[in-house]
Amino acid sequence: MTDLISMVVAKYNYWIYITLMMIGLYAIIAKNNLVKKIVGMNIFQTAIILFYVSISVKKGATIPILEHGHGPDAHHVVHAVDYINPLPHVLMLTAIVVGVATLGVALALAIRVYNNYNTLEEDKILAQIREK
Amino acid sequence: MSEQYPALLVVVPLLSALVVSVAGWVNKRLCFPIAVAALGVTAWSCVGLLLRVLDEGVIVYKLGGWTPPMGIAYYIDYLNSLVLPVVSIVALLNLIANKKGIEQQFPDKTGPFYTLYLLMVTGLLGIVVTGDAFNLYVLLEIAALTGYGLLAMGEERAPLATLNYLYMGTIGACFYLLGVGYLYIVTGSLNMVDIAGLLPPLYQSKAVLAAFIICMVGVWLKMAFFPLHAWLPNAYTYANSAASSLIAPLVTKVMVYVMIRLILTVFTPEFVFTTLAVSDAVVWLAVIAIVMGAVLALAERNLKKMLTYIVVAEVGYMVGGAWLGNRDGMTGAILHIVNDALMTLCVFMVVGNIVYKVKGYAFEDLQGLFRKMPFTMAALVIGAMSIIGVPPTCGFFSKWYLIVGAISAGHYGFMAALIFSSIVSVVLFFRVFEICYYEPFADHHGHDNHSGGMDEAPVSMVVPLLIVAVILIVVGLYTGDIVNHVIQFAIPEAMV
Repeated sequence: MTDLISMVVAKYNYWIYITLMMIGLYAIIAKNNLVKKIVGMNIFQTAIILFYVSISVKKGATIPILEHGHGPDAHHVVHAVDYINPLPHVLMLTAIVVGVATLGVALALAIRVYNNYNTLEEDKILAQIREK
Repeated sequence: MSEQYPALLVVVPLLSALVVSVAGWVNKRLCFPIAVAALGVTAWSCVGLLLRVLDEGVIVYKLGGWTPPMGIAYYIDYLNSLVLPVVSIVALLNLIANKKGIEQQFPDKTGPFYTLYLLMVTGLLGIVVTGDAFNLYVLLEIAALTGYGLLAMGEERAPLATLNYLYMGTIGACFYLLGVGYLYIVTGSLNMVDIAGLLPPLYQSKAVLAAFIICMVGVWLKMAFFPLHAWLPNAYTYANSAASSLIAPLVTKVMVYVMIRLILTVFTPEFVFTTLAVSDAVVWLAVIAIVMGAVLALAERNLKKMLTYIVVAEVGYMVGGAWLGNRDGMTGAILHIVNDALMTLCVFMVVGNIVYKVKGYAFEDLQGLFRKMPFTMAALVIGAMSIIGVPPTCGFFSKWYLIVGAISAGHYGFMAALIFSSIVSVVLFFRVFEICYYEPFADHHGHDNHSGGMDEAPVSMVVPLLIVAVILIVVGLYTGDIVNHVIQFAIPEAMV
């Protein structure tokens, strides 16, 4: 039991992102309301953004702006351990944009569906489709 | 100029998409010529790139002069220089063919439609040309998001079907992104060639294994590989014909290209086929995909939906061929990307013409079409022959390589599935021909469609269709050259 706890605690960021992903996946699969499904999809995307952000964290490190990067003594050894890795954050800026765009398209489609069927509950929509 | 081809083929459609969206406000008639010109330039640079690669080998294009692995580089080798012209030419021909159809269906939305169309082509070409794993994700989402927009402009059921595609597509892209994250953790690089160089000492690492599996599942979801195919048939069926005949030939094929790129370049065949012993299982999955695609197609009473299930079966062909793990199978898979893009385009354009004239694609709407639309039906016959795999058409040759690959890998189940699906395709298409050949029964419905005479789709729709049909035969006749001068060099020497 203690092994399990220490395993979870040591890599808690991975456990959190997996949990969030599964919550999102559950919502996409099991929820009946289209907007809830869309929210689940967004949770799924956000979980991966959190994963990327968490892998760039270093204990005791600072933001990636070089100290004394300018001026007369600009040429000195940079200790990579002192700075968090900026690249995953930059990548995730793009992924956030993608996520927002996807959410926008999904909600727009949900509006179209609502205009067609006057409901967002999937079982009712499917029932209407079957009737035709 | 020719040094800038790799950048042009992404920048031109991207910028012209912006121009088209502005031109749509000024004068709608400007949109179509701008879009055609942009795709023409794009196709020109893709063909130019293919010729350059044939001449001087692999091209590395450093965007903005930043050297990899820090900057993003475009790698154009024998594999993607073959796929690029296919994507751009399919997009160009389909755009020209569907001008009338688009104007008929969305008279006041032509501007936005062409904008989305160009952005979609940008995304697809970018996926094919890029050498950066994260860049590929972004372009994947550009292609997917515009694809959702295009597919949703359709029948009443289109938005719901597209929404289901959107969930699946997003999950697939997120899985791919997650796999890239794992690769980034172990290698610290996002450049495909760089990752391939850093991976060999890490082949035993569980993180690399996880990265590979997660990436593959993501890509399979996006390409609708059998158990993950559920989104495809409805999304493609209920869309408008211009969008479905752009997306059905290209999206699944480009995703197969991504899978082959991951196998050949990023993870290397040595890791995929030797270190991991899963290829047999994947080929069996492909067998199930082919058989189920064929059987589900057989159950449809609707031409367009039948064709979407054929797309699902064809994805099984390519995945199975790539995973056989030998040279012939891989050759067949790469050749089939080209052939299947062209023949799927052909049959979906036929559906586009039928929808334009008959306003339907259920089997009962097709009666008497051989008399009414002889040219369209001639193209359908050639496309069908190619899907069945009748010799002078290109479909035969890729199927031949796949079967040879299956025999030399000793995988007779895959061979049997290929033959089974060919036989089912014969049944599928001859059933359609039979319906199209006979006239409707005497008018007890009160329709007056007995009057006879030809009622073909407009010339601007028929000519591109016939060009595609001719290309099917020409590509078939030049298969030997394509394999000997291009595909042979796309597959690493290590694969026998």
